[in-house]
Amino acid sequence: MSPTDAGAAATPKYTKKDFESDQDVRWCPGCGDYAILSAVQKTMPDLGIPKEDIVFISGIGCSSRFPYYMNTYGFHTIHGRAPAIATGLRLARPELKVFVVTGDGDGLSIGGNHMLHILRRNVNVTILLFNNRIYGLTKGQYSPTSEMGKVTKSTPMGSADRPINPLAFALGCGATFVGRTVDRDVRHMEEMLRREILQNCNVYNDLVWNVIYEKESKLAHELRLQQGKPLLFGPPDDRRAVVMEGVMPKVVPAKDVPESALWVHDESNINAAKIIADLWVPEFPVPIGVFSAIEAPVYEDTLLAQEQRAISERGPGDIAKLLTSGDTWKISAEGG
Amino acid sequence: MSEAAAPVAGVQKSRKELDRAVIRFAGDSGDGMQLTGEQFTTESAWAGNDIATLPNFPAEIRAPAGTLFGVSSFQLQFGSQRVYTPGDRLDCLVAMNPAALKVHLRDLKPGGLLIVNTAAFDKRNLDKAGYAANPLDDPALGERYRLHKVDMTGLTHKAIQDLDLNTKEKDRTKNFFALGLVSWIYTRPLEPTLDWIGKKFAKNPAFAEANTRVLKAGHAFGETAEIFSEHYTIEPAEMAPGLYRAMTGNRALAWGLLAAAERSKVPIVYGAYPITPASSILEELAMHKRFRVRTIQAEDEIAAVTAAIGASFGGAIGVTGSSGPGIALKSEGIGLAVTAELPLVIFNIQRAGPSTGMPTKTEQADLMQALYGRNSESPVVVLAPATPGDCFYVAYEAIRIAAKYMVPVIVLSDGFLANGSEPWLIPDVSTLPPIEIQYRTDPEGFFAYLRDPATLARPWVRPGTPGLEHRIGGIEKQDVTGNISYDPDNHDHMVRTRAEKVRRVAQEIPPTSINGPATGDLLVVGWGGTYGAITAAVERAQLAGKSVASVHLRHMNPLPPDLGHILREYRKVLVPEINSGQLVRVLRAEYLVDAVGFNRVRGLPLASEEILESIDQLLGERQ
Repeated sequence: MSPTDAGAAATPKYTKKDFESDQDVRWCPGCGDYAILSAVQKTMPDLGIPKEDIVFISGIGCSSRFPYYMNTYGFHTIHGRAPAIATGLRLARPELKVFVVTGDGDGLSIGGNHMLHILRRNVNVTILLFNNRIYGLTKGQYSPTSEMGKVTKSTPMGSADRPINPLAFALGCGATFVGRTVDRDVRHMEEMLRREILQNCNVYNDLVWNVIYEKESKLAHELRLQQGKPLLFGPPDDRRAVVMEGVMPKVVPAKDVPESALWVHDESNINAAKIIADLWVPEFPVPIGVFSAIEAPVYEDTLLAQEQRAISERGPGDIAKLLTSGDTWKISAEGG
Repeated sequence: MSEAAAPVAGVQKSRKELDRAVIRFAGDSGDGMQLTGEQFTTESAWAGNDIATLPNFPAEIRAPAGTLFGVSSFQLQFGSQRVYTPGDRLDCLVAMNPAALKVHLRDLKPGGLLIVNTAAFDKRNLDKAGYAANPLDDPALGERYRLHKVDMTGLTHKAIQDLDLNTKEKDRTKNFFALGLVSWIYTRPLEPTLDWIGKKFAKNPAFAEANTRVLKAGHAFGETAEIFSEHYTIEPAEMAPGLYRAMTGNRALAWGLLAAAERSKVPIVYGAYPITPASSILEELAMHKRFRVRTIQAEDEIAAVTAAIGASFGGAIGVTGSSGPGIALKSEGIGLAVTAELPLVIFNIQRAGPSTGMPTKTEQADLMQALYGRNSESPVVVLAPATPGDCFYVAYEAIRIAAKYMVPVIVLSDGFLANGSEPWLIPDVSTLPPIEIQYRTDPEGFFAYLRDPATLARPWVRPGTPGLEHRIGGIEKQDVTGNISYDPDNHDHMVRTRAEKVRRVAQEIPPTSINGPATGDLLVVGWGGTYGAITAAVERAQLAGKSVASVHLRHMNPLPPDLGHILREYRKVLVPEINSGQLVRVLRAEYLVDAVGFNRVRGLPLASEEILESIDQLLGERQ
């Protein structure tokens, strides 16, 4: 039975357990990756895809151990290259559902080039980027998302690098779906996973993400992006609005803004998404949710349509015909 | 090998029969010398001659006009007997400008035919070529060579003066004047070129008319001008009967993949990043989407190889192609395919290095890189085609072995094979060995690293197969189960198993063919693109009564099982290579034979003359 046939038949009713592999999970105690793994396993049945048609591809790093723990097909590859592997797999097998699991070092440092190109080509994969803003597996060097001045083993006097914002990077590369969630908010994470996301969450350095971890702080600083809803955040007694003043975003008390002047979130507005992606404490709230969801041609669909067109116009390839096409000449047995 | 070309008195147009000739067209990179050479090659193929070609062009797309480094040339040897190489010394040189004359004159035989376009010998071009005075005015040139000064530019303009084309457009047809003239000198049929003009300029009748007229004007000039006292014929070569076509190495590699895709019924995914001299494989494959060969122009060399690996993981056959510098970048990816035990084919079109080196010049110095150029113990199969047409069979064989043994296979071609062309006997594709792809579908008793007892290959499972969900990766795994393992003894066992799997490919190698006596004074061992030069040299030595044989290796790793025995049947072993001694080291290490190298690393093919000298020298040593 071909996978397509399998997909056409009724997909079995799965539970979370069907997606748990027999391997012992080996992350540090308390690591947020556990929560992500659990949320992914829990949301898999909702995809309605036969599990043999699901593939997890990863590179190197803590996050990249992920495929071993999923009872699907999986390929734990080499540092930074998962997007390229996934691109080749999609071109060979467009009927498969492909996930890429990566981290801030794997996806934005050594594999930054591949991340750029898989996003710009719009290959049909779901990329989960676990951003802990540090190199965990090699035990604590700074990463491309580490904040400037961060003291790590390789930066004893503080990092001199300006960090990259993964969301702004993804949007700049032309990603068609960009979202962010956090490992400590399981319900939001599951909601996001159901919408296929490029995830940006904390698993290692609590301090970085503390502002939206603790209940009180979360209430004060977290901005939940919801389609068609205004950009409002803060506790009921101190609601605030993000509005545009000229070309600059600005935070003002919500009560000072007439309803018609509120900034309403629109996932199809890529320019707005680019502005929202750069919002950060202390001047602004921390947005989570879906930043952008737009339609664009899918790389492998375009290529495979070309293949189909070539076949339908001129028939399938015939090597014997090709070999004798164009200029040929005959040499007879007499040597003439 | 051509007849002595003594100047002939009188103006009678005598026709002389030659058994072979070596011609070089040389000019500015904008003069269309490659096209001229290719058309002359097609004409010679029509005439039934055997042919070998050597295109040689600057790395720059359009190097500054008139400069020495901007010279582009196309050389070919054609003959009535087997032609193994493009030839060492020239019988005829066509120089379209002073720079071409300066660069190439030293390769022309004394008494050889020298045809120059006098119109290009102005002060400016002479300065650029570094000539203080016009060399055409020096009587010594005409004494040493049969010099023909032809105002090709002027004659070209005269032939088409009434056509509505601008001066630049008219200028650009002068290469066909040269082609017409040399076609007359060597009695080539013009039909293939006239056909080509008709097709190429179907939509532009003015260009078609201009090129046709100029070609014929060149031909007529040879026939009527008083200066050409004789011309030549070369009888058709005795070649195996059948249908032939001209074939270049890169096209043959691409078509070998198409044949493999058709026979295996499995799509091929070819990942590549543009690099000289490998890019034309990507371009060729992209034209043949109907064969289900899917091409990715990747963002870099690493993505090119890893996309291919992703495709192999998915059950397609992943192929990547590059040249040495790109292969260096791919080495971690190749290591992944070694340990994941997935099929992967890597084409390396070798070029002169290190680093950027001389991208358009040939070399065969990546053998050690292919054999050992990865971290740790990561053995792969290595194959090397001997001629442009052989690239077809080697590409096909690489796919067959990669899929059967679940191993990476590196194919070592080179710039000379890639761009060089030869008359190629078109094979009956049904005679190619089958490529049998077996995907595992049975969950009963399945393990990811369960091994086939004959090949040691692990099962190939396409994602999408129910009940066989599993994970593989670059971390060392336990044999059979495929689970992650750091066990010391298991690692030792896996290192040996991966090596043994590659070693077992030896069972695919046919008995080695020996050109010459089965025992004797000297065995010449070669590999790759030096086949023609070595064979020509060895056959000349044999004609001179020397006890010499040659063996040309196609399987570089594993080596043929009978090679050790063969090496011991000769008193001496000579290994000519375009590197500083790579195969010779392997042979010495592997078989403890006192093989000696003959090595020239100039970015050019080896000349058969110099190999012959080396043979004579080595045989002389024992006296």
